[in-house]
Amino acid sequence: MSEFLEPFERMLEDIATPAAVRAVEHGGSIEAMWAAFAESGFLDALVPDERGGAGLSLAEVQPLWMALGRHAVPLPVGETMIARALLADASEGPVALAVGGGVAVVVPCGLVAKHLLVESSAGLHLVEAQGEATGVPASLAARFDLGALPAPVASAPEGGLRAVAALLRAALIAGATERLTQMTATYANERVQFGKPIGRQQALQQQMAVMAEEMVAARIASQLGCAGSFPPSLVAAATAKSVASKAAARVAATAHAVHGAIGISEEHDLQLLTRRLHEWRLADGSESYWNSLLGAARLADPGRSVDYVRKAFA
Amino acid sequence: MFDTLTLASLPAADEALRPAIRALADEAAAQASADIRARSWSGFDPAFSRRLGAAGFLGLTLPKAYGGQERGPFARFVVVEELLSAGAPVAAHWIADRQSAPLILNYGSEAQRDFYIPRICRGELVFCIGMSEPGSGSDLASVRTRAERTATGWRVNGQKIWTTNAMHGDYMIALLRTSGTSEDRHAGLSQLIIDLKAPGVTARPITDLAGDAHFAEVFFDNVDLPADALIGSEGEGWKQVTAELAFERSGPERIYSSVVLLDAWIAHLRAVGRNDSATLALVGDFTARLATLRAMSIACTARLALGESPVTEASLVKDLGTAFEQELPVAIGDDLAAHPGEAVDAELYRTLMFVTHVAPSFSLRGGTREVLRGIIARGMGLR
Repeated sequence: MSEFLEPFERMLEDIATPAAVRAVEHGGSIEAMWAAFAESGFLDALVPDERGGAGLSLAEVQPLWMALGRHAVPLPVGETMIARALLADASEGPVALAVGGGVAVVVPCGLVAKHLLVESSAGLHLVEAQGEATGVPASLAARFDLGALPAPVASAPEGGLRAVAALLRAALIAGATERLTQMTATYANERVQFGKPIGRQQALQQQMAVMAEEMVAARIASQLGCAGSFPPSLVAAATAKSVASKAAARVAATAHAVHGAIGISEEHDLQLLTRRLHEWRLADGSESYWNSLLGAARLADPGRSVDYVRKAFA
Repeated sequence: MFDTLTLASLPAADEALRPAIRALADEAAAQASADIRARSWSGFDPAFSRRLGAAGFLGLTLPKAYGGQERGPFARFVVVEELLSAGAPVAAHWIADRQSAPLILNYGSEAQRDFYIPRICRGELVFCIGMSEPGSGSDLASVRTRAERTATGWRVNGQKIWTTNAMHGDYMIALLRTSGTSEDRHAGLSQLIIDLKAPGVTARPITDLAGDAHFAEVFFDNVDLPADALIGSEGEGWKQVTAELAFERSGPERIYSSVVLLDAWIAHLRAVGRNDSATLALVGDFTARLATLRAMSIACTARLALGESPVTEASLVKDLGTAFEQELPVAIGDDLAAHPGEAVDAELYRTLMFVTHVAPSFSLRGGTREVLRGIIARGMGLR
């Protein structure tokens, strides 16, 4: 475990308990939880040293993002890290990320964000977050109609804000799938049917083995995407988000299949993670969105496929 | 869970091998059409294997004292990646270099190491692996072929099957029953090195559904072997085989079986100028998965480089890798036949159909999908 991850993980275990996550989802105050993040200094993880931040690389922040996913943290912590890295003068409170394109957008954690960092063709804009609830029960996502924007406060990152946000989503997915795989294996060893733990059924073992494969693939794809520079290249963001988004739906499905009816209930913690997996899968481009961009880039290259991926991540 | 499988990169010193091995691999593959290059694993070219040996591209993980390069698994990754990506013929050294030599190094006597390993490193010896029998496939512990002690060594009777390269082979490392019966399962199994030119050995090639004959059935009729044919310890065959399979399951070979087809298809798409969103998404999906599988394979190689035997991790990468290898011909066939207005040249068509026909073997060789998933499940704490 990295030197940054250990204290971060400890903090999350304290402040982002399932009960605390549910409280925020049901309209409770975010003050105490947000204050803990603000005081921890982790929000400035990606801010360069010379601006008073921790100056961590994407690769160093990736495990922190995964931890946010593992704990289903109900605040835009990763998003705020990104906003602070991109803006010399970001706001104090939680910031969510959106890309404007003339149509309304659904933004994860939009309901609990104070500000929204929006990318338009003119650059980056910081606006007060006044979104509408989506109507999806317990979801903290909000719908924003990004009509008239104020003057830009910074230029857009090279490669676009969506690519940066996609890397964050991929890491959150990787973290949540890791937790779900662990929970599912534990449950399968405890739940007895037909006189033995269901984890001894070969049919379930085979499904859970595939789940573990998807989980590891999402983690490695996320690490691969975060191995390079900030902001990321198109290939880095696309690889991470494509593989993680594809894994998200499959891992959620197997987690529920193994847990049976109890996993569908509100009182079980499984749903805190699986609902987020589906939200993160769609946020900032699904697998097909990124696959199309990546496919176009690949087809523009006359070389071999192995060379293409090797050089893209060299 | 499976935390040790984490992003790793190829050391610069090993990356430095790439230009030289690429030149050799490209030279060997230059004259071959894509459907021949797609047969990289089964391409049998002893002269090429010797060239690789002479150039120092075999025995990369083996000590210099036995003629190896003493460079490690990362160097082997780079070399194998180049060979398979080019579609160069690797069968004449493949098994000896990947599995037999490391097995002899780990469990063999000093005399066995001195005798076999330097010749393997020169690309002069073809090895095969005698595991499957007519009654023993995935249930390997049920093997019945026996080796019995004689005054001078061992006498072998029985039969192996699906043995890759047995008809071209110099030696077989066979898993044999040296005591007890198949009911004793893992106990009583040993590994012996069999000279395939010894009297009483008969290898008959078996033609596969693609018209190739790369594997064989092998009969042992009172084959006398010297006492030093035993490799490792008597009765430890199961443990040794398990370690050997980790070498087989963890390399880049488990993700690249269909890359020649992938590249031939991409060349076709570029030639016809197709760029609709469904096509782009399919190309992108393959590209993202290839990049991820390659990183997973390097992560697994990093565990080998640390001296571990990453049995579970290797199974995980192999199962995901072979699923990718098998999906490629299915999706590419669908794509090409969904565009009847595009001419598909004969070479691409033959390549597609070859890979389509042999793809089932990708998740059979080196352990079936179901066996690997059982290993992964055990690694997850299930059972």
